[in-house]
Amino acid sequence: MSLIEKTATELLALQASGQATAAQIADAFLAAIKAREPKVKAFLLVDEAAVRQQAEAVDAKRKSGAKLGKLAGVPVAVKDVLCTKGVRTTCSSKMLEHFVPPYDAHVVERLKAEDAVLIGKTNMDEFAMGSSTENSAYQQTTNPWDTTRIPGGSSGGSAACVAACEAPVSLGTDTGGSIRQPAALCGIVGVKPTYGRVSRYGLIAFASSLDQVGPFAHDVTDAALMMEVIAGHDRRDSTSVDQPVPEYTKSLNTPVKDLRIGIPKEFFDEGLDPEVGKIIEASLKQYEALGAKRVPISLPIGSKFAVAVYYIVATAECSSNLARFDGMHYGHRTKTKADLIATYSKTRGEGFGKEVQRRIMLGTYALSSGYADQYYHKALKVRRLIKNEFDAAFGQCDVILGPTSPTPAFKLGEKTDNPLAMYLSDIYTISCNLVGIAGMSIPCGFTAGRLPVGLQLLSPAFDEDRMFRIARMYESATDWHTKRPVV
Amino acid sequence: MSLTLDQVKKVAALARLELPDADLAKMADQLNAILGYVDQLASVNTDGVEPLAHPLPVQNVFREDVPVPSLPVDAALQNAPVRLADFFGVPAVFDTDEPVSH
Repeated sequence: MSLIEKTATELLALQASGQATAAQIADAFLAAIKAREPKVKAFLLVDEAAVRQQAEAVDAKRKSGAKLGKLAGVPVAVKDVLCTKGVRTTCSSKMLEHFVPPYDAHVVERLKAEDAVLIGKTNMDEFAMGSSTENSAYQQTTNPWDTTRIPGGSSGGSAACVAACEAPVSLGTDTGGSIRQPAALCGIVGVKPTYGRVSRYGLIAFASSLDQVGPFAHDVTDAALMMEVIAGHDRRDSTSVDQPVPEYTKSLNTPVKDLRIGIPKEFFDEGLDPEVGKIIEASLKQYEALGAKRVPISLPIGSKFAVAVYYIVATAECSSNLARFDGMHYGHRTKTKADLIATYSKTRGEGFGKEVQRRIMLGTYALSSGYADQYYHKALKVRRLIKNEFDAAFGQCDVILGPTSPTPAFKLGEKTDNPLAMYLSDIYTISCNLVGIAGMSIPCGFTAGRLPVGLQLLSPAFDEDRMFRIARMYESATDWHTKRPVV
Repeated sequence: MSLTLDQVKKVAALARLELPDADLAKMADQLNAILGYVDQLASVNTDGVEPLAHPLPVQNVFREDVPVPSLPVDAALQNAPVRLADFFGVPAVFDTDEPVSH
């Protein structure tokens, strides 16, 4: 098995035992990027010299006998929505084509503090708005399992680069499923942490009450390791919660006894691809074989209305957050000479892509005088009902299981002209963000056409440690996480 | 209820978005399709339900008011579309004979 197919945990062991250096690892991944990027197009930026320099610094630190960080010499790819000091950060938007942040996001600081090697910035749907990475202003990332298909989104680049073995782990962000859905469609692990578990400082905001940063990895162990590094309190994000971060990797291999898995009947209704349904059913049987008990549950309001609530709440928050892009302090400014207001309007008309404009329009309308009660306030009330429904469900079960995505990866271009159809592809993932709980997707099989399928686990807030143990139970009994595509 | 072209124009003005006239009809159709779907929220009984704006049970978060270093001026201005001395250069807000900076 070549270096690029290894997990981060294996790469750490190889360095500790002297079988590989950080520089050799960096070179192996840079070579993979060179060979595979023409097909995968996951990265917007890879600075080879900077990557080698970071790796050599880790090797020098090891030689000096200094204590090394938890991710020493592990290449990590970072979604281009996270600020990296001195390194261009575009959000895949023309609006930020030349933007160079003067500071690092909290999670990027954490990666650096643990001696990770930042290997590059990854492609995404513009401002994280989308489910296929087709809304990038720059390039089309493909699915490494079938390059005629989408990788999922919005963190499509961060998912595809791990699936394609161009990086062992990466960071994405999840506002309505943007980590879990691409993880599922690319056959890897993706985690959406509890709201408040990870600081959003330096994450360019889309919808502030929903956004969270989380990891992509080949397996649960690596995902848990990444969470140990990025989770924790940060005074610069007042919604980051001051609660100790468990050592997720220590408890990981202890199975949960008398596990009760909640199965929402609505997750298996029409709309679910029958082949995906069969694969999910097989994984539930696997859990039963491991001693888990099924608990039939029902989430009628969330299943029926979450997408509608989301497309009001998320667009309302985005219309407010994206007001900052006015061409005055940073980012694109129109070249057309005009007065102040017209300069704003021209700048934003030129700088934002179609989907971003659509969402700003929808959110502005939902918040506008005369319509806010009908749309925004109504959506917030239904959001409360969805939270109540999840609270009640977790009284009966330890984890909620179901499909991550209703279908496997669809073809490039299939849904670009129908925004509503695209929105409905997030139907199983969206409630998790609205109610602020933790969720993850783990690989659980392949369709006959060799496309990966993901199993979604939803867990109560701040229950990531148990969620990882439950995920690891399934993983240790199966080998889906060891599969790699031929790119 | 569906949005008319005039309403779409009004929302675009509120959002400070200049949209080409040729795009307005398509934008209206797409917004109407989404709003048509969203309108099903009206069927949910939410009498007496408290709105949930935020998933965490936190209200205000306080910390000691201790000064910490801010971004240096040059770093703060490094992405400015137009820099004038230590300021962001912007088009004139009031009528003036001064040239508008771009």
